Amino acid sequence: MAKLVIHNEKISDKEAFIKICPFGALEIKDGIVDSNGACKMCKLCVRKGPEGAAEVVEEQIKAIDKSAWKGIAVYVDHENGDIHPVTLELIGKARELADKIHHPVYCIFIGAGIGDKAKDLLHYGVDSVYVYDHEDLMHFRIDTYTSVFEDFINNIKPTAILVGATNVGRQLAPRVAARFRTGLTADCTVLDIKENTDLVQIRPAFGGNIMAEIQTPNARPQLATVRYKVMNAAERNSEAKGKVIVCDLSNVVLDSDIEVIDVVAKVKEKFIENADVLVVAGRGVKSQEDLNMLKELADLLGGEVACTRPLIELGWLDAKKQIGLSGRTVRPKLIITCGVSGAVQFTAGMNNADMIVAINKDDKAPIFKIAHYGVVGDLYEILPRLIAKVKEEKGA
Amino acid sequence: MNIIVCIKQVPGSNKVEVDPVTGVLKRDGVESKMNPYDLYALETALRLKENYGGIVKVISMGPPQAMQIIREAFAMGADEGILLSDRKFAGADVLATSYTLSQGVREAGEFDLILCGKQTTDGDTAQVGPEMAEYLKIPSVSNVKKIVNVNEEAITVEMDMAHTVEIAKVKFPCLLSVEKDIFMPRLPSYVKMRATKDREIKVIGFANLKDQDEKKYGLSGSPTQVQRIFPPESNSKREIWNDSEEALANKLFIKLKEEKFI
Repeated sequence: MAKLVIHNEKISDKEAFIKICPFGALEIKDGIVDSNGACKMCKLCVRKGPEGAAEVVEEQIKAIDKSAWKGIAVYVDHENGDIHPVTLELIGKARELADKIHHPVYCIFIGAGIGDKAKDLLHYGVDSVYVYDHEDLMHFRIDTYTSVFEDFINNIKPTAILVGATNVGRQLAPRVAARFRTGLTADCTVLDIKENTDLVQIRPAFGGNIMAEIQTPNARPQLATVRYKVMNAAERNSEAKGKVIVCDLSNVVLDSDIEVIDVVAKVKEKFIENADVLVVAGRGVKSQEDLNMLKELADLLGGEVACTRPLIELGWLDAKKQIGLSGRTVRPKLIITCGVSGAVQFTAGMNNADMIVAINKDDKAPIFKIAHYGVVGDLYEILPRLIAKVKEEKGA
Repeated sequence: MNIIVCIKQVPGSNKVEVDPVTGVLKRDGVESKMNPYDLYALETALRLKENYGGIVKVISMGPPQAMQIIREAFAMGADEGILLSDRKFAGADVLATSYTLSQGVREAGEFDLILCGKQTTDGDTAQVGPEMAEYLKIPSVSNVKKIVNVNEEAITVEMDMAHTVEIAKVKFPCLLSVEKDIFMPRLPSYVKMRATKDREIKVIGFANLKDQDEKKYGLSGSPTQVQRIFPPESNSKREIWNDSEEALANKLFIKLKEEKFI
């Protein structure tokens, strides 16, 4: 809630002053320095310019009553009632955050014929599951689902809402955030909460090259999306606690501008996101045929083969096998990278793996900066020997 | 069909570093390009125009330099270009950006369809499209991987979900965010570039917008605030093994066995 004001009389060298801005947002027009639409409000000109030349003028705004908003809510992501595992991860995180500020944990579950599934969530440490069950809610449609969300927020007033960064969550959360004119932070990797209920959200920006800490200090509810396999899933308790609350739909708009004509199951395939072990091919793999060697190791370890972006561009593997910012985020128990140099675009998609083994000939490859075990050597010499040993062990 | 395509100028590379002392972004050079995902949205728009007629307008919000990507869109075949540029738009987060764009769209005239790319390569949020649709009170579908059918009132698309594909018929006017690879984007044409080099780009500032409440734009209109930026950590505990390949394979085997992977 601030704006930048330039005091020209305090600038002696205007040319030097405008060069301070890394975004080219300061310009001289008719001898007067001012900022343009390129300004990122980084305040570098305030800090580096002559004293008082640039000033950020804070405007007084009315503070909201944060105590009116209570509870951490989790959106139950599902397709035809099959709950996406990211939901349990978010419940785990929500419980941890809620305990810090002594708030309850809620789930909002939207669908058709989902009563039993809702009950099952009570085994994971949820205080209340709010169920909106109607045949018109069978399939995801952004207008009806947003209307349900609106009803939920108006009635329950949760201080924060966590949504899985799935294909549904990534469109539903922004729509809800815009309806309530509130903040939404995408793909958070770390979440914490302050005593005043402000959510501390950390997310990668610029392709993971920098991390940003983001807060929503004067708007509620606070929305955040989190990718699958970033947080730790809540443990299942044998005992069910909390309650399922079936919600009235009289305030929900079920009329839609979207008609779902069909929902087609995709061909079942093994997703690299679900694998405990991944063997990853990088540019050090010389031919498509050589992938068989990696596949053999992956099979022996009960895992899957994945790859970096260049191999997708070569057409060697399906795009779903790609790890990285433009591909999938994975968090396996073990990842063995073979001939992968380790560009940040790649590592941002896998650096949460429990154990990272990197095999690369080049001892200066950046992958060694994140690998727990950096194996400096030729994958064509190492892998066949390793495979032979594993086979021998298994045969024994 | 009147189509508006949202495009954004992004840094040419993501190689940015944080100055550990000042905590400010260090960017080398100011090289920039059109967000690669937007090319798919633009291509989709151009194909729809070729099949069903109409005009394609591109809209962007950014510094005056962003005119460059609008020119690029002209060279690919876009008919009109609008740039939302004003210092009052500076420091906008997703909500303020979406609001500004939705206000800009209102100035762009009647439309049937708004197309957006999947996400940008600098922000990576994929949120601006759905938020704009909310402000414009129109339906939206993200992750559109295929256009199945188009008629007078509606467009039928395939929406990619994790395990299923939802085939949805959406009434016009609507907003779609398209997946990459929906169509292969064409290259800019030199002939078109020459022909459009003097074409006017409509620049819209704060003063041209209908809503004159400054608090809804730029930093003031942004509920989220960046508290700090910092470099990502790399794992601290790590071992580097240098040895003969035989010894390395053996060592790795023992480690994997120790960790119960074998």
